[in-house]
Amino acid sequence: MAVSDRATGGVSHIGQDLGLTDDDLREMYRLVALARGVDERMWVLNRAGRIPFVISGQGHEGAQVGVTWALERGKDWIAPFYRSIATCLTFGMSARDMMTAQYATAGDPSSGGRQMPGHYGHPDHNLLSVSSPVATQILHAVGIALAAKIRRTGQVAATFMGEGSSNQGDVHEGLNFAAVHKLPFILVVENNGYAISVPTSAQLATENVADRAPAYGIPGIVVDGADVLACYAAAREAVERARRGEGPTLIEAKVGRLTAHSSDDQQTKYRSEEELAALRAADPLPRFREQLRAAGVLDDAAEADISARIKAEVDDATTYAEGEREPDPRTATRWVFAEDWPGERPPRDWAEETGQYDRLAGDGSEAAD
Amino acid sequence: MPTKTFIEAIREAMREEMARDETVIVLGEDVGRKGGVFLATDGLWDEFGPDRVIDTPLTESMIVGASIGAAVNGLRPIPEIQFADFIFPAFNQLLSEAARLRYRSNNAFGCPMTVRAPFGGGVHGALYHSQSVEAFFAHIPGLKIVVPSTPHDAKGLLRTAVRDDDPVLFFEHKKLYRSVRGDVPDGEYTVPFGKAQVTRPGSQLTVLAYGLMAHYALEAADRVAADDISVEVVDVRSLRPLDKETILGSVRKTGKALVVYEDNRFGGYGAELCATIAEEAFDYLDGPVMRVAGPDVPGVPYNHVLEDWFMVNPDKIEAAIRSLAAY
Repeated sequence: MAVSDRATGGVSHIGQDLGLTDDDLREMYRLVALARGVDERMWVLNRAGRIPFVISGQGHEGAQVGVTWALERGKDWIAPFYRSIATCLTFGMSARDMMTAQYATAGDPSSGGRQMPGHYGHPDHNLLSVSSPVATQILHAVGIALAAKIRRTGQVAATFMGEGSSNQGDVHEGLNFAAVHKLPFILVVENNGYAISVPTSAQLATENVADRAPAYGIPGIVVDGADVLACYAAAREAVERARRGEGPTLIEAKVGRLTAHSSDDQQTKYRSEEELAALRAADPLPRFREQLRAAGVLDDAAEADISARIKAEVDDATTYAEGEREPDPRTATRWVFAEDWPGERPPRDWAEETGQYDRLAGDGSEAAD
Repeated sequence: MPTKTFIEAIREAMREEMARDETVIVLGEDVGRKGGVFLATDGLWDEFGPDRVIDTPLTESMIVGASIGAAVNGLRPIPEIQFADFIFPAFNQLLSEAARLRYRSNNAFGCPMTVRAPFGGGVHGALYHSQSVEAFFAHIPGLKIVVPSTPHDAKGLLRTAVRDDDPVLFFEHKKLYRSVRGDVPDGEYTVPFGKAQVTRPGSQLTVLAYGLMAHYALEAADRVAADDISVEVVDVRSLRPLDKETILGSVRKTGKALVVYEDNRFGGYGAELCATIAEEAFDYLDGPVMRVAGPDVPGVPYNHVLEDWFMVNPDKIEAAIRSLAAY
């Protein structure tokens, strides 16, 4: 996805071997920082009572941007999960797209306000809609990869999940099938050490999720999830393998979860202050920033410019989402099927029959077309 | 018009749809080289190759889940669950994913997929090769459920299913596979969803049934005709979407309704038919809406005496018809 023109941009020593220009690196940094900016704003809005629920990706952004950068936007596919804010931004969704999902507005491209925040998706960017049962999406990504192989499209499909999800049976079924058929598929496990409150020691008998990969006959790579460029390098190799027809790869990025599981979780009940302080010291955002500064890719002016643009973008997204319409309850029976309840009447609408629409919040202007 | 068996009609529908549309694939356990344990996919592997007729590992959740993904990326999969009894590892994929994908994404994504599964008892299949599972799935908005009873409908409905843009569960009563033969027209006909079929006109009582029970209902109706009891039989065949118009039209005409289903009685699909009739045709009823259904034990027992005890048959239906007609 290295889109910048190398003739006009510099190439630093840290980007050279990876084929990344300085512009690429600055854009990757911007995405990590933008994801953090969107995420921090979500928590502010939650505390202010503007949005009822937040599920966060803080601490995961470096791994998400690094891995996602290796995939081709508009061609490859991603089945994301509920912490995939940076992944979705890197793959083409905007800050407005993410913020309308927090507010569950009529124009929210992920679900039109039907799903909880965190359940992102966008057909224009090949980002498959997220659901809440964990790990189900691995099979969808495997199926997308199967279709890519049968149709010879050259696409790669990746899915992202936490290490908690990696214990589900669907992961076994999906990895096994993808490996048997050498599908162009990548499983990315963002191991943050906790399945809500349960530590990895109570989830895994092995040290790494990636240790399971050899049992499927595929490579399992463990990578420092706070090292954006290491994540990119691992993903680039996996993508190349997949495109060569050599089959799937499991990438496990060790990350830290900087926030509680969600806005409804009190993590100090099961995590110490010392542990949280240590996590913040390994935050991928300042680490990537220092890495780029040391390599001469980022200076004060560039950093200030990026920060200002992100603040403006997050402000704009918040204002935009605040001003968006609520979904019209009269549209709630739509899209059960591609056509309106074929051969059968739509479900009985008690709101209509009892005059509830006068009371419901929708402004009624979004007439069913 | 050529006559074919039920399973020949199903096989032909898949073969012709695969020939017509290269995005149609078949996947499941033993569907390839062996051609399926019932031979429903026999010959497809030779004709279309292992890319489009895929022998999967024993992984029902994957069979359905990967079909969802393949559908998202441009294919029209026909996953086969070897026996409907084994569909439950895929229940989460059907309920939480396939049925909800379009609704939860506000029509951004859809899932054109036809899950085929043999169901039903009376074949010495015992608890785990006899089950009727339609009630679990008919409860879920976002899934379409069809249960054909004739070779004609099997082929026409399967064509419609493959061409549909939403997930369809296609349940085939395995006792019909080779025991039923019927006219199947040449050429590309389809049978639409949401249309029940009056298979025997009558005036005094309506029997609603589907699958094997649609045949048993006709047999019972024949028997009581000798005693001047005129029974109308409606083959529901499209469980969801449901053709309320034909069903309620028939009940309003006859004034009596008997609902027959092979599944356990309590909370079965037929209970929804009874409720619909009670709500929407109450003023026309001359007797209680009655049911003949399987007993409420956890499965169909194996020994033939026990299996006979379990199964709804023409005798049981006949007795219920006589009892309801006497009202």
